[in-house]
Formats: sequence, C-alpha cells, structure tokens
Amino acid sequence: MAVKVITPGLSTSVQDLGRPGYCHLGIPLSGGMDRFALRVANMLVGNDEGAAVLEAVFMGPELEFTAPATVAVTGGDLPPKLNGDERAGWEAFAVKAGDRLSFGFLKSGARAYIAVSGGIDVPVKLGSRSTYTLGALGGFQGRAIQAGDELPVGAAAGSARGAVPAELRRMPGNPAELRMLPGLYWHRITAESGQRFFADTWKVAPEADRIGYRFKGGTPLDFVPRTQPFGAGSDPSNIVDACYPYGSIQVPGGTEPIVLHRDAVSGGGYMMVGTVISADMDLIGQLQPHSPARFVEVSMDEALAARADRQAALARVRAHLGLS
Amino acid sequence: MSIRFTFGGDEHIFAEVSEEMSLEAFFTSLSLTNAVREAGISGVTEICPANASFQIKFDPDRIKPGDLLKELQSMEGAASKSDATLTTRIMEIPVYYQDPWTNETLMRFRERHQDPNSTDIEYAAEINGFKSVDDFIAAHAGSPWFVSMVGFVAGLPFLYQMVERQRQIEVPKYLRPRTDTPKLTVGYGGCFSCIYSVRGAGGYQMFGITPMPIYDPNQEVSYLQDNMCLFKPGDIVKWKPIGRDEYDAALEAVAANTYEPLIRECSFSLKDFNADIDGTNAKLMEVLHGR
Repeated sequence: MAVKVITPGLSTSVQDLGRPGYCHLGIPLSGGMDRFALRVANMLVGNDEGAAVLEAVFMGPELEFTAPATVAVTGGDLPPKLNGDERAGWEAFAVKAGDRLSFGFLKSGARAYIAVSGGIDVPVKLGSRSTYTLGALGGFQGRAIQAGDELPVGAAAGSARGAVPAELRRMPGNPAELRMLPGLYWHRITAESGQRFFADTWKVAPEADRIGYRFKGGTPLDFVPRTQPFGAGSDPSNIVDACYPYGSIQVPGGTEPIVLHRDAVSGGGYMMVGTVISADMDLIGQLQPHSPARFVEVSMDEALAARADRQAALARVRAHLGLS
Repeated sequence: MSIRFTFGGDEHIFAEVSEEMSLEAFFTSLSLTNAVREAGISGVTEICPANASFQIKFDPDRIKPGDLLKELQSMEGAASKSDATLTTRIMEIPVYYQDPWTNETLMRFRERHQDPNSTDIEYAAEINGFKSVDDFIAAHAGSPWFVSMVGFVAGLPFLYQMVERQRQIEVPKYLRPRTDTPKLTVGYGGCFSCIYSVRGAGGYQMFGITPMPIYDPNQEVSYLQDNMCLFKPGDIVKWKPIGRDEYDAALEAVAANTYEPLIRECSFSLKDFNADIDGTNAKLMEVLHGR
C-alpha cells in the first residue's frame, strides 16, 4: 500500500509526535505543530495516536491511493475532496484503490493533518518518522513531499472511528490568546516594557513556519541598561549563546518576538522573555500570517492546570470515539 | 559561582551559570549536566549543556517542576567542588580560509554587514588589531578551541578559543542575519567560532570553509556511521589552514568515503590550563600529532 503524490501542496511533510532527546546535538523536537489534531486524525482511522501523518500548511496536496484504506483530515478547515466530492473534516472515510484525495481552499486555521490507516511508514530516524527539513533528517527522504513520490503506508491494525464534533475540537480565538510564563531573561526589560508586551495586540508576521512564528506590530522592548557581558555580542538583546526552550519567545533587537516551534534552532544568542505554555503551542500551528494575537501572563500553577485541561480534552475525544 | 535557575514554560528549567562566557562557566555547565545524566532522574527527557548555561527538559506529568528545581539546586554545590578534569578528544579540522564560496556569499549580503567595503575576515582582522589577514589566520589557527556547545542546527559546534581573555578574538554578528550560508562554513560571532553543519540562515562572520562533513543524517560517511553528529560538548579542535589543492584533494577523499579525520584521545585539566596556558596547549598538540 502506498500514497502517490500527484501535487505536493505548498509544504507538506511527514510528521508524528516528534523526536525528543537530541537537543544536545542541535536536533529539534520536530513533529506536528498541532499535535492535538494529529492525535485525533490517527484516532479516527484506527491508528496509534503517534503514527506518522501528513501535515499540510495553507494548501493541500493531491494524493492517490494504491489500495483501500481509511482516511481522516483534521486541524484547520481545509476541506477534503474525494474524487472531487467534498468530504467532512474530522471524520473518517473509506478510500478505494485509485481514489484521489484533493483539497479546497483553506477556510480557517493554517495546518491540516491527513491520517491514513496504517500510518505513513517511512523509516524511523532517532526514534521518530518526523521530517526535519533543515537537517534533511527523517520523513520521506528528509524533505517535504514532491510530485511523483510514493509514500509507503503500514498495515492497518484498528478500525475507523466516526467523527469528532466541533465542540470537542480547539482552534485559536480572535485575537489568539497565547498564555506564557515570563522568565528566562525577562529581568532584562523594564517593568513598563513588560506591561506593554502583554497589553499590546500583535500580528503574525509572514515569517511564520515550523521553525518559529514571528509577531509584529507591538511596542519595541526597553532594556535595563547594562554593560554587555563578555562573549555576548554588542546588542542589548544579545546573550552568550544558550539553549532555547520549545515555545520560548526571543526578541532579536527588542523589536519582533519570535515563538520557537517544533523545528526550532536549539540555541542561539538572543534573549527570551518567557515561554508559551505547552497547552497553547498547538494553537500557534493554526495561526495564519496577519492574524492578531496577544500574550497572556500565567503562573506555573496555571500552566499546569491548562496542561491538565488539554489532557482532559483529549480524553473526551477518546471517550467520544469509544477508545477508552 | 551561583547559578540562576528559571523555568522555560512548564517543560524546561533553564540554568544560567554565568552571564559572561568563561571556561569555568562551561566546565560547571558540563559537570552539572553530567551529574544530572548520571542521577537518572525520572521525568527528565533532555539534558543540554550550553556555553555558560544549560537546559533540562522534563515531563511535568512525571516530575513536579518545583521538585526537579530543588533536586538541581542540591546538585549545584557538588558540581562546583568537582576538579574540572576531562577525558576527551582532540581533532584537527582543515580550513580553506578566504575560499571562493563564502566570499561569493558574503558579497551578496554586504548591505547587512558592518563594513560593506571589506570582507568578513578583513573586518575581523582590523577590529581585533591584527596587521594583516595572514596574522589573523595565524591567531585563529594557532591555539586549540573547546567545543562548548552543540546546537543551533543539527551538529553545529560552538568553539571557544583556549587563550587568555586579552588574546581572544571578538567580532560582532552581522547587523541583520543572512538568509544563506554555505554548508561547512567556518564562522565567528561574539567570542565563538563555529562550523555551519548545513546550508541555511546565519549571522556569524564567514572566514572559510572545511571540506570535512560534520553531520550526516544518512550515516554513510565513514566516521559518522555510529553518530550522525561529529561533535560533542567537551571536544577540543585545532584548525589547520589549507589551500585550494589540499581542499580539492580532501573533497575527493570525502566523495570516495576514504577521508580519515585526525582524532586522538586526550585529557584536559582546567587547573593545569589556567596555570600554564601555552604549555598545556603545546602538550595537546603533541598528543594530536602523536609525538
């Protein structure tokens, strides 16, 4: 069984839940940017939640199946079409050999997850099938898919699982509210500057991808004056190159915050004002350029409560689909 | 040295050993991260030493953030008492300084540079008080360097010059980062040299290029079959200036998969180094060249 790529979409890559454990070698987490949607796509087609799927951004691919399978598309509203007929998202449907899956225009969100029963069966590299494009690691030949590729699919083990209603899904609000824990180098900016950072409404910049999301339109930061430490570099936003947490918010030059995501650089020389909490990282993966967003300060206790909420939301989907 | 601990969201603890770079700070980071690894703390998923800091990634469903923080703080005292010795590797990395490929690239991004009228290495030589580029290259290639961090992108080493601070080379990063850097460029930013393991964006000044792959996701290169990344924090590097002929010959050997990098085991003591820097470096060179 294989999936033939007729057209690849804008940038479609094989992703699973990611490749943790190699930060010390500069190898990022990778994996789906909206892992809630990725897990649910797998549940719908009877896969393990961590099976490899296709992540499409802004524009869908056109695919042809060489054998019967179950397919589901979740995430942003990128309407799937089977042989030209529109199908519902967040719902499993059967495909036959020779069927073609294509997509209409994106209506909301940014990324869709296309799961096929059996999972995309590319080789496991360092514990994951996820594509890390910059390092040409994992996925299908270490890159986004291209026309003519034939993606291997594993043997299906489970059965199709119906649909997930809108109230069990999650998409960012307008403006998106990204909860963050201030910290890291927060002390480098003045108190007034910190207040403005939370008060401002920012906009997603065109530079928004799997590495990170840049935000613009807010007030530049005011730094607490200091003599730059040896080895840090001359700009007040420079630090001695250090690790960057997943979700950390760096502000090069103090102007445009960048939230690092799944394929982030593992470290570098820019100060970070804090970290978007794990519960809200999926939301960033569904933001389009130019959409508004705010950063909302939370405490560690609130971050952990939000994390538990997200786990409860996944548990509700499992219960709805009869998986628990 | 008192470590500043701070949470990076609900999944990371970030520890700043020192605001400024020093070998002492790096050794504290390395010994503490080694201690954390040996402790085998349940719920810790990534342990990442950096230049003068480190980061621990954890699963808060398995260990409470506050409990992990207390555990790390309790290890801090033990690390500062450790005697900063290391059994490690020293390796020679050939560099073709002022090569045509980084030169072509730096010319394309001149408007993002501090000095549009000179090359990166001419600028670095001048602001560091060297009379000529040749003198600058002699200084860059003259002492060994510590791999104080691996990261940014897969397998990229940050290298810290093993000389007294007043002799250390310092250069600013580009005013605005480039969108392109040739693969295997030898770069420089702040007080760190680096080797770009893959082609891509970058903000470090570009001095030259090495023919020797340092990252191979397919694990086909003979010396990268066990580990796809050549470098580990704690490795010691010595640059070897080469010309075009030697560069081309090395590339041919790499293509035939017969290239053999010069790598030797060595030991390093921070105390001995601080007592006699040139003497320690001379001994490291003897080990490297098998004398």
